[in-house]
Amino acid sequence: MTKLDAKIPEGALADKWTKYRSSVSLVNPANKRSLEIIVVGSGLAGASAAASLAELGYKVKVFCFQDSPRRAHSIAAQGGINAAKNYQNDGDSVYRLFYDTIKGGDYRAREANVHRLSEVSGNIIDQCVAQGVPFAREYGGLLSNRSFGGTQVQRTFYAAGQTGQQLLLGAYSALQRQVGMGNVKMYTRHEMLDVVTIDGKARGIIARDSVTGALERHFGHAVLLCTGGYGNVFYLSTNAMGSNVTAAWKAHKKGAYFANPCYTQIHPTCIPVSGDHQSKLTLMSESLRNDGRIWVPKKQNDNRKANEIPEDERDYYLERRYPAFGNLVPRDIASRAAKERCDAGYGVGTSKMAVYLDYAAAIIRYGKGEANKNNMHNPSDEEIQAMGKAVVKEKYGNLFDMYKQITGEDPYEVPMRIYPAVHYTMGGLWVDYNLMTTVPGLYALGEANFSDHGANRLGASALMQGLADGYFVIPYTIGAYLASEIRTPAMSTDSEDFVAAEKAVRDRLETLMNIKGSKPVDYFHKRLGKIMWDECGMARSAEGLKASIKEIQALQKEFWSDVKIPGEIDNLNPELEKAGRVADFLELGELMCIDALDRNESCGGHFRTEYQTEDGEALRDDENYAYVAAWEYEKQSSFKLHKEELKYENIKIAQRSYK
Amino acid sequence: MEGHLNLTLKIWRQKNASVAGKFETYQVSGISTDMSFLEMIDVLNNRLIEEGDDPVAFDHDCREGICGMCSMYINGRPHGPNRGVTTCQLHMRSFQDGETITVEPWRASAFPVIKDLVVNRSAFDRIIAAGGFVSVNTGNAQDANNLPIPKENADEAFAAAACIGCGACVAACKNASAMLFTSAKVSQLALLPQGQVEAASRAQAMVAQMDEEGFGACSNTGACEAECPKGISIENIARMNREYFSATFSSK
Repeated sequence: MTKLDAKIPEGALADKWTKYRSSVSLVNPANKRSLEIIVVGSGLAGASAAASLAELGYKVKVFCFQDSPRRAHSIAAQGGINAAKNYQNDGDSVYRLFYDTIKGGDYRAREANVHRLSEVSGNIIDQCVAQGVPFAREYGGLLSNRSFGGTQVQRTFYAAGQTGQQLLLGAYSALQRQVGMGNVKMYTRHEMLDVVTIDGKARGIIARDSVTGALERHFGHAVLLCTGGYGNVFYLSTNAMGSNVTAAWKAHKKGAYFANPCYTQIHPTCIPVSGDHQSKLTLMSESLRNDGRIWVPKKQNDNRKANEIPEDERDYYLERRYPAFGNLVPRDIASRAAKERCDAGYGVGTSKMAVYLDYAAAIIRYGKGEANKNNMHNPSDEEIQAMGKAVVKEKYGNLFDMYKQITGEDPYEVPMRIYPAVHYTMGGLWVDYNLMTTVPGLYALGEANFSDHGANRLGASALMQGLADGYFVIPYTIGAYLASEIRTPAMSTDSEDFVAAEKAVRDRLETLMNIKGSKPVDYFHKRLGKIMWDECGMARSAEGLKASIKEIQALQKEFWSDVKIPGEIDNLNPELEKAGRVADFLELGELMCIDALDRNESCGGHFRTEYQTEDGEALRDDENYAYVAAWEYEKQSSFKLHKEELKYENIKIAQRSYK
Repeated sequence: MEGHLNLTLKIWRQKNASVAGKFETYQVSGISTDMSFLEMIDVLNNRLIEEGDDPVAFDHDCREGICGMCSMYINGRPHGPNRGVTTCQLHMRSFQDGETITVEPWRASAFPVIKDLVVNRSAFDRIIAAGGFVSVNTGNAQDANNLPIPKENADEAFAAAACIGCGACVAACKNASAMLFTSAKVSQLALLPQGQVEAASRAQAMVAQMDEEGFGACSNTGACEAECPKGISIENIARMNREYFSATFSSK
């Protein structure tokens, strides 16, 4: 077995990053001008990396499949971004954010990376404010914070329910500034379809112009994949329709190991599925659990309307099971608890696969608070309701509007119905401390890598990680590689390797077009999604996973013999784009099941029904599974496991408890 | 409650930018009122694929009203009949059984059609690249709370910053003006101390780029504000005009 070298710097945990970034190799400004970097993806990680690297003087090319870099799905993140600023004087610190993140990840993340993330978290807020990101503020003009799951301090910065949008537009404006100055060349409506490696190093990509269908070869001294997560392997998820694993999967097939693919996050508060036509699921921000209370009826199969069920016949099951954290337990725990209640017959709504998220108590509490503030004695119930609703509207108005738009129900009057949905993938390309994959010169940033969240990500930590990687990590760590590349001149893309890579891409596209089968791409995607959700979703078992692997292999064959792709190869063809992505999801889904089957324990988002405590909590096996599972692609359906041992030198690992 | 609709769709079909387009008529039946408008188009497209026809190309991505990618002009209005929503958040319960629905791409010379309902909105990116930023490199920032900003200003800046760049304002305007889009970014940054240093040059550069892209002039009809899915206020245009004129008169 190859030894995976994570290249973690020596020294005390709290000093590693400071020392490393002061000693890592530098590239002088004149040399930077002749070094070219390709960035794939324009979300928080991609846009922040591209802008920061261009500011340093590198020549940068950015690719995105959307019509503008501002569309990347980071835009949809709602709740907030964590930072250890301790502005609330409530005992927060770099160490505490580090500790919460490791614990939240169920002790399956790398200590050094998480500590670094925590150290730079404050810089991110400073940088975003300097760019003009309009975070929420208090009346005194200072920044406001709120709580998120899995923590007991208020460290989450936010901009209403549109934090991702505001942060992405900040990074996008920094990126566009560099585009305007000519330091970044932007390629929109371009999809990366392969990584080109020469003598074992990443040297460029093959991209398809979606409008003309033309294949293009692009050289780079380094290639950064900032292409997000793979939640759409489940067909239904909170991801955007175009979110895909293709770039990461192509890299995997070119030698980059894929780490912990089975670690997926099922978010507890999403709008439930309404029917077969459903194309995606919509998240209701975790921030709603700050004030909302989650409950189901105490009686099974209770068909009464929510407002007709009296207080003493409601089961606030999170508050009951987890009194210390209550409704603010981490996502994996809240999701499993909802599934448990629904499976046991206590679910609500027509499908009975939903629980209530109720704002009635919060509206009264806020209404009374406003009455006190305004010196109103004996306010009427109507006045309390009106003032309370106004406060809730200010905090969560856009989320309430969205719920009403989608369901046709008014959440100010009746409790929301929610159910868990696939939201985020903690797994991803294996990277070392420098964010480099196992292919030299090929990096993965943001959700595309596996590094910081272990087996479960805490709320408001994805935005933090994406921007940390892009603004404050890669600008330093890329020097460790590029300093040795200054003698490598830009390479011609007419070389054999580039030509061969382009030909392989063209052959595959032609093969897809020529299948001329009978079923649209969506048909296969839905079937894959159902297998994944049923057997590799919130609960997994060895038996189910073994059967799924066979089913997925059969589905792969069926896809490659019966998919029907209309239109032309040399024109805008969304079905052809989708087909390529689903073909990759079919392979990834198989690997996810293989990984889930290998991990004979329960941890974070990975819950194996065979491994649970008496009261249904995840049962980890630290003796045998405290490792990162990094899979090497050998050939179709054949993957080799490499293990990176996780050492906890600064945190005492314990059973995770939120009780 | 869920119901089902039978509808007639008149959809603009255009193979690419260099050929003329025309309306095609399609019938769809059994459409659930819980579907979004785009899910209804998905149903049509999967049927077209099975029948061997080319599906309707349309831009879409997040399907939760925030990415700004969806862009259909439905029954003569950008994003359809409801106020304050994008096409992906428009649900079929807003339509009647038996209705005929006309769907077109955004119409503006600065937004050329790529295929069917897909248009090229890269002009917006170029307007931002001309000045829609604060010129601060990564790593130069002071502590975020060293700069208190009155809540009212922060809230107003946020309201302007909520623009999703979809282009509905341009599609709604009889002059295809991009004033609402451009002014939203100018305003957001002008309202914040961080952005004030460059306020004058920003307004001039962004307006110049807007004109160069071929967007029309503003004649204060207010259609942009009425059709904006994010409720961006027309006051932003007044604010940009103030910035622009004071910059023009005081420039050297």
